[in-house]
Amino acid sequence: MKHEPIAGRAITRTIKYIVCITLAILSVIPFWIMIMNATRGTYEIQQSAISLLPSTFLKSNFQVFEGKAFNPLVGFMNSFIIAGGATILGVYFSSLTAYALVAYQWRLRQPFFTFIMAVLMIPAQVSGIGFYQFMYRIGWTNSYFPLILPAIAAPAVVFFMRQYLAGALSVDIVNSARIDGAGEFYTFNRIVLPIMKPAMATQAIFSFVGSWNNLFMPLILLTDKSKYTMPIMVSLLRGDIYRTEYGAVYLGLTLTVLPLFIVYFALSKYIIAGVALGSMKE
Amino acid sequence: MKGKRLKSVSYAKYGYIFSIPFVLAFLIFTAYPIFYTAIIGFTDLKGLGKTDFTILENPFHNFQLILKNPSFQRSLQNTAIMWTINFIPQILLALLLTAWFTNQRQKLRGQGAFKVLFYMPNIITAATIAILFSTLFGYPMGPVNDLFKMLGLANEPINFLLDKWTARGIIAFIQFWMWYGQTMIVLIAGVLGINPALFEAAEIDGATSRQVFFYITLPSLRTIMLFTLVTSLIGGMQMFDIPKLFLNGGPDNATLTVSVFIYNQAFSGSYLYNRAAAASMLLFIIIAILSGILFYLLRDKDAIKAKKEMKKLRKAQAAARRAEA
Repeated sequence: MKHEPIAGRAITRTIKYIVCITLAILSVIPFWIMIMNATRGTYEIQQSAISLLPSTFLKSNFQVFEGKAFNPLVGFMNSFIIAGGATILGVYFSSLTAYALVAYQWRLRQPFFTFIMAVLMIPAQVSGIGFYQFMYRIGWTNSYFPLILPAIAAPAVVFFMRQYLAGALSVDIVNSARIDGAGEFYTFNRIVLPIMKPAMATQAIFSFVGSWNNLFMPLILLTDKSKYTMPIMVSLLRGDIYRTEYGAVYLGLTLTVLPLFIVYFALSKYIIAGVALGSMKE
Repeated sequence: MKGKRLKSVSYAKYGYIFSIPFVLAFLIFTAYPIFYTAIIGFTDLKGLGKTDFTILENPFHNFQLILKNPSFQRSLQNTAIMWTINFIPQILLALLLTAWFTNQRQKLRGQGAFKVLFYMPNIITAATIAILFSTLFGYPMGPVNDLFKMLGLANEPINFLLDKWTARGIIAFIQFWMWYGQTMIVLIAGVLGINPALFEAAEIDGATSRQVFFYITLPSLRTIMLFTLVTSLIGGMQMFDIPKLFLNGGPDNATLTVSVFIYNQAFSGSYLYNRAAAASMLLFIIIAILSGILFYLLRDKDAIKAKKEMKKLRKAQAAARRAEA
């Protein structure tokens, strides 16, 4: 076996660590500056916009938001309701669809799966105009339904669930439930769903984050300020009212990111594993 | 025998029943709106709050106007430019990191932490990131201008966001920064899926780390890399949040993407739903073609595998027959 000289190996190792640490810092530093500036006063930020240490203006920055359109608490609640509803519906019905694809032999099974693969990539933008007009006609603009109900048909989630279930479901379990006289729907809810828990958890995280971060659909459907979601609230920070309130802008951005940071660092293990799993489309 | 068949028939209906919610939701919230959008593309529908329309005398008028529209052509170019300057460095860095992280001879410590940090920007709201970056590049004062001053790169504050290429470059950088971690994790998972016997054989033959990477790892990752390429391309066609909130397509349309163009046509100015719908359909056609390529890539592999298995089987059968004879 060929070995590079010891000194050379030490150098390459050092280079690798330097690159990785630099990239890690690059991931963190914009957010770090943002969080620090959220606690600093406008005058301080004007003097020097970079600080690695916090200051004492957090409270006065908060006061800037009083009586203005940017309301992080409202945005948080609205996004929570929409993302929560969409996640529950999406994960449950995708599991049900995946079960239909794995457990039963029916004639349209393979065509249906091929169809799901084919529509995997259709983005909201291509149907947005028709969707808006449709919702406007039935009076559903400024309603949460058009942001929650479409989650019932989530092709990517179905795809992932099917792959998982195909490996995890044993026919014996289903058959023994049948012998015990359980109905098909009961079997799915009481026996199959618990088997799918790990996959459901992974998909729940991604569905929730995806729905939480979505800007396009809420932006075209919601015009009532009390219905705004977090990403729309954020977009208000570009407005002129905040042009000179640097500290408040950073604070607003921080408030929208904080819940995601908490979720991410609490569940990072599962999220990274989920990203890796999602890649193996076999 | 008869009883068994009856049973399987009676269960099959549940396959249909359990698929109903998905199919209904898909028809109502995706299929019908696409169809509706397509129709609107042929009509005179415009103006805030309007829903009534008539089909134009020349139904393709909107499509012709959109194809000739300089902003639309510009948005296609911008999308291609920003995608390219994001994707090439992204895949190269992801490959380099994959090679480092999967190198068995020189194991790096703290890989878990690095993965968590590299992936982190991907999970943060794109809207927030767009506004954060426009603040970081603020003029006349902002963190990046301060940094330039500190490093002695500039005496006067620079208005970065007025320059077309700088603005495009920053958007491409944001995309790169948000996605290279994801690409890396996907590629590492791909490497872990390669048959370990291949690596062992290379080890025994005395291959260097570089040879292992170029002759075993890289060829085995071909499908995953193609998959990444096409999904990234489709994702790039939909780029909306960041260009919209970073500079709203400016300066001088330099960061206008197709999705931002569609949005601005339909929901600002004179509310040209019909033009926006026509542009949506053109976007749909482009994405359909890209999806078709992806679909082909993913299906083909299974088909080839099945064909190979059949060939093997036939060969084995032929060999067995020969042996018998």
